[in-house]
Amino acid sequence: MSTTEVPRIITSRFDDQDGHTLARYEATGGYQALRKALGMAPAAVFDEVKAASLLGRGGAGFPAGVKWGLAPAEVWPRYLVVNGDESEPGTYKDRLLMERDPHQLIEGVLLACYAIGCGQAFLYVRGEMPFARERIAAALNDAYAAGYVGRNILGSDFSVDVVLSWGAGAYIVGEETALIESLEGNRGMPRLKPPFFPAAKGLYMQPTIVNNVETLANLPWIISNGGEAFAALGAETSRGTRMFAVSGHVKNPGVFEVEYGVTTFRDLIFSPQYGGGIRNDNAIKAFIPGGASAPWFFEEHLDLPLEKVTVDRAGSMLGSGAIVVMDETTDAVKACLRLVRFFSRESCGKCTPCREGTTWLEKILQRILDGYGRPSDLALLMDVCDNISPGVTWPPKQTTICPLGPSAVSPIASAMERFRSEFDARITQAEQTRISVPVAFPKAVTHA
Amino acid sequence: MARLTAENTELALEIIGRYPRPKSALIPLLHLAQEQDGHVTEAAMSHIAELVGVSAAEVLGTASFYEMFKFEPVGRYMVNICTNIACQLMGGEELLEHAESTLGIRPGQTTEDGLFTLEDVECIAACTEAPCLQVNYRYFHKITNPEFDQLIVDLRSGARNDIPPHGTLAKVRQRIPADRRAGVVTPEDTAHPVWLASSQEAQS
Repeated sequence: MSTTEVPRIITSRFDDQDGHTLARYEATGGYQALRKALGMAPAAVFDEVKAASLLGRGGAGFPAGVKWGLAPAEVWPRYLVVNGDESEPGTYKDRLLMERDPHQLIEGVLLACYAIGCGQAFLYVRGEMPFARERIAAALNDAYAAGYVGRNILGSDFSVDVVLSWGAGAYIVGEETALIESLEGNRGMPRLKPPFFPAAKGLYMQPTIVNNVETLANLPWIISNGGEAFAALGAETSRGTRMFAVSGHVKNPGVFEVEYGVTTFRDLIFSPQYGGGIRNDNAIKAFIPGGASAPWFFEEHLDLPLEKVTVDRAGSMLGSGAIVVMDETTDAVKACLRLVRFFSRESCGKCTPCREGTTWLEKILQRILDGYGRPSDLALLMDVCDNISPGVTWPPKQTTICPLGPSAVSPIASAMERFRSEFDARITQAEQTRISVPVAFPKAVTHA
Repeated sequence: MARLTAENTELALEIIGRYPRPKSALIPLLHLAQEQDGHVTEAAMSHIAELVGVSAAEVLGTASFYEMFKFEPVGRYMVNICTNIACQLMGGEELLEHAESTLGIRPGQTTEDGLFTLEDVECIAACTEAPCLQVNYRYFHKITNPEFDQLIVDLRSGARNDIPPHGTLAKVRQRIPADRRAGVVTPEDTAHPVWLASSQEAQS
């Protein structure tokens, strides 16, 4: 596989120590796409993005151009909300894009506002990322002073304020309607869709486009080089490049921008220029292909290309570009519990199946791990899963407003299907695996 | 330990002025209160309620949803150790256990000297640098047990003065100069965006 001729679209300034400064950005083609766009009709800019077939990079993979087009005609004002609330376990890309190349993101925001006709933009950064916020604040201050943001941008009649906003610790706020609630100063609980598809009724009940940081970071390149040039890269159903974080039991964990479709999971995990193989040359046990919400993949999936439809059909998703590798030493029950515990802690509590279900899933898995598992527990786990996500299928059905609940089902369905014997062993050998008698936990009662 | 200071009130009003609806400024304002006092006090929440035009209960209602807001004093340094999947695989839980014994506290507790509060946290987006942790939301990557102990020694001795006390997040703030400001667009501003209109005129 050769990757040398593939352009680095969004990480081109990552190696520069001063890649975050306005001077470096301008010296490397920065804000030229904005200048070019201002000489084009907004509709023409919109068309370039549609031609690029740019898929949203937040997790769902919805085409950005299509999403923009869902805003109802002639309803004003429209808003742009930038989702910088990166918190899907395993995901590490948006923070880098915000910290290392904030101007690229800002230029992307401006291009989107120009094309869609957004009157104001809100850039929402995860609360736990103050360094990213400092970088964006400094970049915005410089960009305002230089005339790139604000009133009459570069002397044109295009005016928009980009407001830096930030969260305070809640995974669920990465869901777009919850993000809007948070931006309105409320508890970050998702809204029922329909009718509240943000493109129609979003922030302050106005048409609102919510785009992920990485999605918008692609726009300057697309406008500079054309949507067709972007669409020429990658695969049929996934154009361009994509950032992937490869973490866990690999020799060389890292974040890599690779071309969609031509690169495989095996390349990313084993190739010397990427993950470099499994630590100690151990065997691979499983890997998560797209963040904690994604069902696990195994050795037989390694040769799948990084391409949305192929991965969807194989029973998982590329999600947020987070590949977490587990080697043969990994305890599947422990890993499963940790992922479920995450969803249990982060459930917002709005929908009963998720609030109660994830809580019980965690408790049951914890007691299995602690050596207090009951023979009936595995069936009980699947029953609770079924109440959150009927049928436990992929793509998942849901009895909840948002996908957080079904996401907790993914690791259980994967681990139980593949490593059932590990769960069974924990239960049949429960007494031997008990570390100590817990004080606050009643002794298990076996129901006949 | 009270309402926002005059300086912070001014800053709060500036932040409120950027949003079409004042309540949208709630989270940034709560952070401002936490920066001032180390945690979010009831007096500050009442003050924020006045500034934003909602009840104090609504402020608490929002604030209590979010993990980062603390309503009781915490340590000068919040030590947040990630134990989520990528860190768990690379020893995050063992690091947490080590931190518990070094500090003599469990997650959620504060050392008697008021210096450290320990928390086990969810993924903080540094998965390739596992196991990782944050001190007052500043990152520390690939931390070993001896490195953790050294970090605690340095924080105790004041050698790490690059880490401000709990509550202070970004030290660079957005400033929108009056002469460059495009202005707030409220839902009542239903006019066609001028640049879309002019481009349509140019085409016709």
